[in-house]
Amino acid sequence: MGDILGLVAKRLGLGLVILLVISVIIFFMVELLPGDIAEAVLGQGATEENVRNLREQMGLNDPALVRYFDWLKGAVMLDFGRSIVTQETVMSVIGERFRNTLFLATYAAVIAVPFAIVLGVIVALLRNSVFDRVANVLTLTSISSPEFFLGYILILYFSVKWSMFPAIASLSDGMSFLDLLERTFLPALTLVLVVTAHMMRMTRAAIINLLASPYIEMAKLKGTPPWKVIVRHALPNAWAPIINVVALNLAYLITGVVLVEVVFVYPGIGQALVDAVSKRDFPVVQACCLIFAATFILLNLAADVGAILTNPRLRHPK
Amino acid sequence: MKPNKKKEVLLKIRNLKIEGYTDETWVPIIKGVDLTLHRGEVMGLIGESGAGKSTIGAAAMGYARDGTRITEDSSIEFDGMELTTATEGERRALRGARIAYVAQSAAASFNPAHKIIDQHTEAPLHYRLKKRMEAQEDAIDLYNRLRLPNPEEIGFRYPHQVSGGQLQRAMTAMAMSCRPDLIIFDEPTTALDVTTQIEVLAAIRDIVDQFDTAALYITHDLAVVAQMADTIKVLLKGEEVEEAPTKQMLDNPQEDYTKSLWAVRSFESPQRSREGRECLISVKNVDAAYSAGPKILDDVSFDIYEGMTVAVVGESGSGKSTTARVITGLLPPQKGEVLFKGEPFPADYRDRNKEQLRQCQMIYQMADTALNPKVKISEIIGRPAKFYSGLSGAALKNRVDELLDLIELEPSQYYNRYPPELSGGQKQRIGIARALAAEPSFIVCDEVTSALDQLVAEGILRLLDRLQDEFNLAYMFITHDLATVRSIADEVVVMQNGQVVEQGPKGEMFTPPHHPYTDLLLSSVPEMDPEWLTTLLEERGLENIGEAASDNIDPDAKKVMPSDV
Amino acid sequence: MEDIATLFYFGMSPSVFAIVYFAVLLVASCAAAYYNQRSAFLLIFSLTLLSIIVGIIGGASALSMIAVTAFVIAMAAMMSYAFREFLILIVSTEMAKELRTAPLTAAFGMFIIFIYAIAGIFAPWIAPHGEAEVIASAFAPADENMLLGADQLGRDMFSRLIYGTRNSVGLALTATLLAFFMGAFAGLLAATKGGWFDNFMGRVADVIMSIPSLIFALLMLSIFGPSMPVIIIAVAIIYAPRVFRLTRAVAGNVVVMDYIEAAKLRGEGMWYLIRREILPNSTAPLIAEFGLEFCFVFLLVAGLSFLGLGIQPPTADWGSMVRENATLISFGEITPLIPAAAIALLTVGVNFVVDWMLHRSSGLKE
Repeated sequence: MGDILGLVAKRLGLGLVILLVISVIIFFMVELLPGDIAEAVLGQGATEENVRNLREQMGLNDPALVRYFDWLKGAVMLDFGRSIVTQETVMSVIGERFRNTLFLATYAAVIAVPFAIVLGVIVALLRNSVFDRVANVLTLTSISSPEFFLGYILILYFSVKWSMFPAIASLSDGMSFLDLLERTFLPALTLVLVVTAHMMRMTRAAIINLLASPYIEMAKLKGTPPWKVIVRHALPNAWAPIINVVALNLAYLITGVVLVEVVFVYPGIGQALVDAVSKRDFPVVQACCLIFAATFILLNLAADVGAILTNPRLRHPK
Repeated sequence: MKPNKKKEVLLKIRNLKIEGYTDETWVPIIKGVDLTLHRGEVMGLIGESGAGKSTIGAAAMGYARDGTRITEDSSIEFDGMELTTATEGERRALRGARIAYVAQSAAASFNPAHKIIDQHTEAPLHYRLKKRMEAQEDAIDLYNRLRLPNPEEIGFRYPHQVSGGQLQRAMTAMAMSCRPDLIIFDEPTTALDVTTQIEVLAAIRDIVDQFDTAALYITHDLAVVAQMADTIKVLLKGEEVEEAPTKQMLDNPQEDYTKSLWAVRSFESPQRSREGRECLISVKNVDAAYSAGPKILDDVSFDIYEGMTVAVVGESGSGKSTTARVITGLLPPQKGEVLFKGEPFPADYRDRNKEQLRQCQMIYQMADTALNPKVKISEIIGRPAKFYSGLSGAALKNRVDELLDLIELEPSQYYNRYPPELSGGQKQRIGIARALAAEPSFIVCDEVTSALDQLVAEGILRLLDRLQDEFNLAYMFITHDLATVRSIADEVVVMQNGQVVEQGPKGEMFTPPHHPYTDLLLSSVPEMDPEWLTTLLEERGLENIGEAASDNIDPDAKKVMPSDV
Repeated sequence: MEDIATLFYFGMSPSVFAIVYFAVLLVASCAAAYYNQRSAFLLIFSLTLLSIIVGIIGGASALSMIAVTAFVIAMAAMMSYAFREFLILIVSTEMAKELRTAPLTAAFGMFIIFIYAIAGIFAPWIAPHGEAEVIASAFAPADENMLLGADQLGRDMFSRLIYGTRNSVGLALTATLLAFFMGAFAGLLAATKGGWFDNFMGRVADVIMSIPSLIFALLMLSIFGPSMPVIIIAVAIIYAPRVFRLTRAVAGNVVVMDYIEAAKLRGEGMWYLIRREILPNSTAPLIAEFGLEFCFVFLLVAGLSFLGLGIQPPTADWGSMVRENATLISFGEITPLIPAAAIALLTVGVNFVVDWMLHRSSGLKE
């Protein structure tokens, strides 16, 4: 067991280091701006005095390293400073929105993950049949389509033509949970379509890879029935690849969510990021990037740790 | 040998044809083979790679691997039941229960996620032959009979916690779990070292005997099959060559192909002596390890004289390949040095100059990975000539033609071809030509014949021997196969666990007294005599063979006579 | 609109259409069953069953949608078949042998790539109007002058679509090439050299790949502003690590081969090793990877344009065209879907070809 704990600790440590490096990149990239943030924000027409005031206000006169550590200290306590544009605290801009985004991603994941894994196992079993080929073409088409293409098609049919679901996913306080599910159905469905296709393909590949192992042939030659070959002999060894597939695609959801939020005007963190980018509201941009990156790293970390924990060779060392 | 051959027929295969799917078409693999196996009979299926022995073994279970199919006019009758027309469910009900399978690689064929005993009891529980506790007790009983160490406990380990030889026996036990009528052994000892192999062979023979189980024993090793089988069937490219009882087959083969197989081991090059020769390579007190790992070589010293062949013999993990890496400079030693004609050879190949690199060439075991598949033969052979001797244009072409002539390949035919278009033996010849192109004085041959069929391997050995005399080459011949040593070596170095346990001229090495390890190694090599295993077990007893025996050997022990053991 | 409706029913009245529809399917199922075409039968018969359900729910109009889809797929399949035969005729015998193994999907992909290449290269001759030329009122409907109508500023959609091929595909292609050269070069070097360089590059790739690609692109664009060079460089930086990883893995498998050891022991230099020994054995997976990377890059760039952070107006670009015309969706117009479909079609095409190549290279290994 000591080996496993060591490996997990090592992996966690590596994740933390990567997160730190990324925070450095995010912070110091803004320093690369010609001039500085104050000049960039105020534009060329700004007077000397205005620029000086803004610098003062943002604490830009301190050395970069000092500001980085201040920023990092704040970030650890979820305080990312104030927005340059609205003067509100960054957390008040994105706090609520981050929750909404998490809700949407979870909504999509809850539908997509079981669905994709079951379908992936089925097409793996039916490999090279007609259904496998049709599924191959359909999933390839789905992952090749931009999220906004799928989103607008869904809007065109489900919302404009058939009036089944709202096209705009506006949220209000005091909505019932069912209402919420209905309002956010189309954006969630868009994400489901993209992610399911990815996950299905990867699950299929992982299982087929496994079915070629000699111990699977041995199990067949022992007279084990096909379902038992899958459940007893393939699945216990398939956890690591499947966990990996799931984590990778949840991470993919994070990127996909930005575009989908814009299509459906959903009040999530992705929209906030896009707004902030076009308004050059750097504190918000930095905060959003750090949050996205942290989630991404966390998911990858979870996948690696899961793979370590389910590896029989590591669980039962010599 | 069991004398009674008048038992009832268990397996009757008639006109078996199997096709495989390659390049969008079905090509025949098995071209109409008949086979009759009686209850309690052990039949050896023997042939070179591509003979289709393994495919026949699977077909005997009514099983066609992915990408193969059994044609409709074939007939496989097991105990009165026609398998080709049976439903998948009926066929499946036989597998594990009445026909069991033992695979070549036990390490890969045990599921890493389950304990050995749980995999053992799967079939009896599935067929409701036994309750779980009974099945486990039976497993422990079988482990006992197969002489596994700690039979009470070994089943409760995971496959990766158990050694290869033990796993192979555990798999035999697993095959026995339902007391089947027939077991298919698919090269069960090919992946094992000789000293381990003998233990597994003894255990398999014993248990098949005890339960009077019929078996198909598939192998490419004649000496092994001679110990195990009552009858032998020889296969070539999906067709039967001949079949006869073991003794008759060994003493009096009928077909030319069989005779040629039997004759292989006759080649033996005359032994050269050191007299009048200069010492070329001298390995002095070398210790080596891969970065921070355990010591692989421990105080290794030996000399190689010009124009002579030194065979380095040992089992996997003995450090013989590592020694070659130290000499070629791929792995600088921690301690000690390598001398070339008395001068120190730079430890790292990157520090050697062109002239030094040229002197020492290498030929590899796997010709597939030794030749770049995307480069023409002419360039593979021509590159060293160009690189070291600066040849170009017509001179280079002449040189390549000359080299192709030397390795007995027609230059005009092979000049523009690529390695994947050649057979295994031809590829190995190209590897030799590449080494010769550098005009070296010393060549390391790393298991050059072990991936080849016996007939082809002999051709390579004869070629190497001829070239040695022609160019006064020194060979370091790394091998685990004592038959190869016997046919080509002038001197022998025996290694075990990174140490040299014995060295000397070949004649001396093959005549007693031996170092105990050499003795164990020599005695473990199966011989063509069908009584060999029986005699050996009688002479030595079970305690003095196999893994346990080799673990107990002290590298500094004195030489012994075989009768003393 | 009248004639379009009858067109969808292939010139029949809805009820006659439904009867003909099911008759055709049933005859086809029976024929397939009779001639022992197992997979064809399964496909057609499950389609028949599906049609019954769809017909009950959606009526003849839903059935006509299936029929039109099937018709389009059949046309595409025939086109792909003809195109494959055409390619087999014009290329060398060796290539032709490989091409014969290509499934119809791959042939379809090649056809798509071919069409896009033509459209991109000859854009000024194909497009009836200029890229930024205002010729009508905003959102003017299609007429004989404008195949697809006008956009929000009154420019011809069709012409902009054609010009968009140049800009969108050109940008993505440039970025992919740049990413590929950086990544592949570093990967080959790391695999050959090994040691600290290999480790260091691996760690750098880890870090860059830990930032989601779209987020990283947004960060860079927010700082340096959305201009062509910035987009190309940003995308190249984001995707180079992916190419690096793959190249490193592919080359890593080659480097352990004995022929590399033989070349090293011969004293060959690193450049020779990469050029003559490693590269020829890595090209197949690298070409497939290039296709895959192109798809990712293309989708990323399209996403950026859609967010208004890609190629800036008035340059025609598919992502921005979707965004500019998005409001039309709420009126049930499909205009904004056309540039989006153009993006999807090319990605699908490239993915089909890549899928075939990957399948081939993995099949050869076994």
